[in-house]
Amino acid sequence: MRVLQSVLVLIFLGAGITVAPAQDCLTRGSGDLGVIIERAAGSVVVVDTSARARLFQIDGLGDLSHASVVFSPDERYAYVFGRDGGLSKLDLLCGRLVKRIIQAGNSIGGAISQDGNLIAVSNYTPGGVKVFDAVSLAQIADLPAISDDGHASKVVGLVDAPGQRFVFTLYDAGQIRIVDMKNPKSPQVRVFKNIGQQPYDALITPDGRYYIAGLFGEDGLALLDLWQPDAGVQRILANYGRGKEKLPVYKMPHLEGWATAGRYVFLPAVGQHEVLVVDRATWKETGRVAVHGQPVFVVARPDGRQVWVNFAHPRNDTVQVIDTKSMKIVHTMQPGKGVMHMEFKPRGEEIWLSVRDADQVHVYDTDSFQRMARLAADKPSGIFFTARAHKTGL
Amino acid sequence: MTFAKVCLLTIGLALFSGMTVADEPDAERRGELLYLLKHDCGSCHGMTRQGGLGPSLLPEALAKKSDATLFATIMEGRPGTPMPGWRELLSEQEVRWLVQAMRRGDGLVVLAPSQGDRL
Repeated sequence: MRVLQSVLVLIFLGAGITVAPAQDCLTRGSGDLGVIIERAAGSVVVVDTSARARLFQIDGLGDLSHASVVFSPDERYAYVFGRDGGLSKLDLLCGRLVKRIIQAGNSIGGAISQDGNLIAVSNYTPGGVKVFDAVSLAQIADLPAISDDGHASKVVGLVDAPGQRFVFTLYDAGQIRIVDMKNPKSPQVRVFKNIGQQPYDALITPDGRYYIAGLFGEDGLALLDLWQPDAGVQRILANYGRGKEKLPVYKMPHLEGWATAGRYVFLPAVGQHEVLVVDRATWKETGRVAVHGQPVFVVARPDGRQVWVNFAHPRNDTVQVIDTKSMKIVHTMQPGKGVMHMEFKPRGEEIWLSVRDADQVHVYDTDSFQRMARLAADKPSGIFFTARAHKTGL
Repeated sequence: MTFAKVCLLTIGLALFSGMTVADEPDAERRGELLYLLKHDCGSCHGMTRQGGLGPSLLPEALAKKSDATLFATIMEGRPGTPMPGWRELLSEQEVRWLVQAMRRGDGLVVLAPSQGDRL
């Protein structure tokens, strides 16, 4: 009997070491969940946007000083791309890390394929893109970004595109590349050279048609129509800073697909206190909005009626709202120092802002601009909601 | 003024200034500068200073560069690259202090242990 008891105890203990207790996992929908990056602590907070509450904190995710996130199609898993080359797969319902690999030395972002089966990461060191299986994180492909001079470029602006493709930009070499991953064992790469000086980021329009890379080394942007790749890359908004001295850029702007509002695309001017407005029928500038500082993120509310803007250091305590009907600023607010990122709920009635220096995330009503809630978060930066799972480019 | 009086005056001034090294930002400002270095310089250089869009700012990476080079890079930036000049936001005294702080590795982030590879 003693022996049997000992054996049973050992069996139960053994089971406990390898199997996580089932009661840790929530039985609920994940459509209104999100994650917040705690950049200094290397942790991620899972939040419930309906309850406006923290659910879990997942520690030990390495260097998240710059991090971005994509979601699996079932909105169950978040893939976190960390600065240190870490790729972490998180289970949002169980609030835990499922799998983590270190796939590079220095990394800036990533994307998930159209069918949700592949995860691509854009790396600074070694410069290039690596592709992984979304379930196991096994490496599927390695695409070094080597240009004609034999050097590897930092890769930026990595997005997914229709047709099981990824599109990305080579910062040092000034190239855009499309990779077709329909046959994962045989990636088909197409290269576009001389797209402009120091492209620093890129976005893809929500319909997955236009890829736009912002340029740092010259005024203008590079546009690629994925429906007509043979037409090549076109320069748009050339010389938009003409005649004006460029201000020192203390933080690079970021381009996200949510810059599109109806027929317009709203883009940050580099080195100016302006948001540029482009008509996507003609790709010509239709105007600009003078703003409080140098824009970092320019994000349209899902209905396209507002565009929210945050700013670079030292003016990162302020957020402004542009009304797209009048193209005027209708609200200016100071949530606190270090507003890092902004994320709308999928139908746009609320927006979440990370206020780094206050160690808080704020929730605002986008009609009344009233603050609805504040959540504690350690040096929060990026905020990402699961609705991104169904959006090309996000 | 006699030599003795000069000495007394100097000591007096040193005591008055709270025994800080002459020509250095005060303690509160030093804290602000380290925060700037971590979070705002860290946007491009990484919060661990290992580099990102910009190069590493770790002591070993800076060892081969002169103080004058580092000072000029921070004050004026590097034209043709994303490194801006900080002249409008930082004083010369503050930049000199930052250069030494980076060489010493002051305020370097110790990352929480990561979960490594996990199945």
